[in-house]
Amino acid sequence: MYWHFFRRLPEVDVLIRLCEAAVDPWQEIASYQAGLAKLAGKYGATSVFVGSMRDFNQGDDVRSMFLEHYPGMTEKQLQHIVEQAQEQWPILESLVIHRVGLVKPEDVLVVVAVWSAQRGDAFDASRFIMENLKSRAPFWKKEVLASGAERWVEKNTDGYQHQPS
Amino acid sequence: MSIKVRYFASLKESVGRSEDELQITYPLTVHAVWQQLNPDFAMPDAVLAAVNMDYVALDVLVLDGDVLAFFPPVTGG
Repeated sequence: MYWHFFRRLPEVDVLIRLCEAAVDPWQEIASYQAGLAKLAGKYGATSVFVGSMRDFNQGDDVRSMFLEHYPGMTEKQLQHIVEQAQEQWPILESLVIHRVGLVKPEDVLVVVAVWSAQRGDAFDASRFIMENLKSRAPFWKKEVLASGAERWVEKNTDGYQHQPS
Repeated sequence: MSIKVRYFASLKESVGRSEDELQITYPLTVHAVWQQLNPDFAMPDAVLAAVNMDYVALDVLVLDGDVLAFFPPVTGG
């Protein structure tokens, strides 16, 4: 398990964590928020995104998946993404957790949480962090199908089952 | 001058190596490094490159001591 604490900007904190073991997002968020005593009464919005592993992809049943990453660059890019979010929205605190290694269907793969005074900032910043994580953080998924065949996921989707009208 | 080159994910499997070390006498572009190390394997269109863990364009010069990485489109989250 890896722990990475980045505290560059004095007024804004972020925890970025890559984790080989199973993640309970609700426990992680609760315990992290419990440590934010200095922000008590300051935040009015907490936006949380939890991404989990499906048991299907592209029409096939998926049995398991290996999440490869580029150690060092992953943390550097995630830090950069959160800093860019901090430049655009007044974030008080943020948390990014991502699984690496072997994962199974139903496992939580990613958690993004943002605390801010107003809901719009929390919603928009968490979306920004998540979408940029998808396109810039160096993770790669290799699926093991029910048939036993293995395949790399070649690219991420736009995140919609149907285009919103 | 020496640079270290790393490959990840499906590209690592295609190339058949996870790392290379390249001795160079003058700065080369990212693309030229690929061509030197993989003369029989044209760089796939979608390949991404990073120098010292920051994304770079393929025409950027690689310098002594740099760590260059090649990898396919990222698929985390």
